[in-house]
Amino acid sequence: MIRLDGVAKTYRTRTGDLVHALAETTLTVGENEFVTLVGPSGCGKSTLLKLVAGLVPPTSGRIQVREQVVREPFPDVGFVFQQPVLLPWRSVLDNVLFSVEMLGLDPRQYRKPAGDLLELTGLAGFETKYPRELSGGMQQRVAICRALLPDPSLLLMDEPFGALDALTREEMSLELLRIWEERRKTILFVTHSIPEAILLADRVVVMTPRPGRVARMITVDLPRPRTMALEFDPRFKAHSDEVRGLIFSGRKERP
Amino acid sequence: MRTVRRLLGETLIPAATLLAALVAWEVATLAFRIPRFIMPAPSAILVEGWEWRYRFIGHTWVTLYETLGGFALSMVGGVPLAVLIVYSPALRAAIYPLVILAQSVPKIAIAPVLLLVLGYGEMPKMVVAFLVAFFPVVVDTATGLAATPPELLDLSRSYRASAFKTFLKVRLPMALPFIFAGAKVAITLSVIGAVVGEFVGSDRGLGYVILSSTSYWKTEVAFSAMILLSLMAIVLFAAVSLVERFVCPWLNPQGEG
Repeated sequence: MIRLDGVAKTYRTRTGDLVHALAETTLTVGENEFVTLVGPSGCGKSTLLKLVAGLVPPTSGRIQVREQVVREPFPDVGFVFQQPVLLPWRSVLDNVLFSVEMLGLDPRQYRKPAGDLLELTGLAGFETKYPRELSGGMQQRVAICRALLPDPSLLLMDEPFGALDALTREEMSLELLRIWEERRKTILFVTHSIPEAILLADRVVVMTPRPGRVARMITVDLPRPRTMALEFDPRFKAHSDEVRGLIFSGRKERP
Repeated sequence: MRTVRRLLGETLIPAATLLAALVAWEVATLAFRIPRFIMPAPSAILVEGWEWRYRFIGHTWVTLYETLGGFALSMVGGVPLAVLIVYSPALRAAIYPLVILAQSVPKIAIAPVLLLVLGYGEMPKMVVAFLVAFFPVVVDTATGLAATPPELLDLSRSYRASAFKTFLKVRLPMALPFIFAGAKVAITLSVIGAVVGEFVGSDRGLGYVILSSTSYWKTEVAFSAMILLSLMAIVLFAAVSLVERFVCPWLNPQGEG
């Protein structure tokens, strides 16, 4: 589904300094695979998502999605950010319809699917509310519905649960898995949380910073459907120790 | 109980304070025998103002017309100017210094020159009001347009929406509360601008009334005109707030939904 061949990204800051956001990275993601990217701040995780979405061009290397070289944004992508970034003047339903509207599709034909998505995420009955009348977790659900409505085959999620409290976060993780079981998609999911990365993923990509690079890819050996109880599974702990080791050994090398 | 307390806090206490001040004023003018052309008593202002009521209608109308014209100019000029500043770095470099220059020149100082160039009538006063009022519109609109979260711009771009569509559906509505904040400042400044314009040279309007009545020692009339000007500013401010509530219902705490 996604192929990155020697993709690197270097930014020039306003003062003229070069920042190596992402060192040469090679990565493939399969159709309907759930891949999480985990690592500390500044390891180029978000940059990688923007590169895949075609929002920024790579400095070198090549990105392909479905055999097509990515040179500009393409419509088959859904984006979810750390903040819900809903439009405060739109109702919940109209916020969900925002994606198809921006894609140039007729929103009237998507009212039914949008309602179905809201139902799927437990937001039935909230269609006419304004975003600020909703809790943070509910707002993020709306953002997920917005991303899912055009039914993209690729979902890019940039720390989508990072701003939520721990309990809501767990709930949302399981809910995302449930949605994913029902509507299979390829998901690239960026997170700071090691347990979250393991719980969700088929494969975990561990990244280290300055310059951001892939330290290792770990295939998660846990059965699906997953539950929070898996955190006590010895395999879960083994994975989590491995990820933690990679991230912190990477830190010790650099003072 | 809560509504009673609110009524007390928001209405009764300010009203009582105002009334007390007026009574103190009335008593002071009597007790200290202050000449009425220096400081007329509130009752005298009221009586004289009432006598002038028909003449005031015309003058108020003129000043209102100038104010609204100046305000309209500052919105029609200020909002697009802010859009240019936000969207084009080159235009920002070209326009911003001029905007700040226009703001830093004391308007009272350029008003005589402006009226010399533009002549008499209401239009030059609108220009003065515009000059006084447009700056907050530009600054607030530009701030609002720049306040769009970068994620929303990324999102629009990932859906391949045009820049114009993104402006119309995301950036402009996002900036609306800021634009209204600028408009509320601009409407009150427009009143000041219109009066400044009238001071410099006019034969109509409330500013003219203040100037001419004080030169004839008719201080009561000047005070009446001042009261009318304040009332006008308050009513116009409330009108803009009302429009805001209709245009931006999501900001309203008791909004529908």
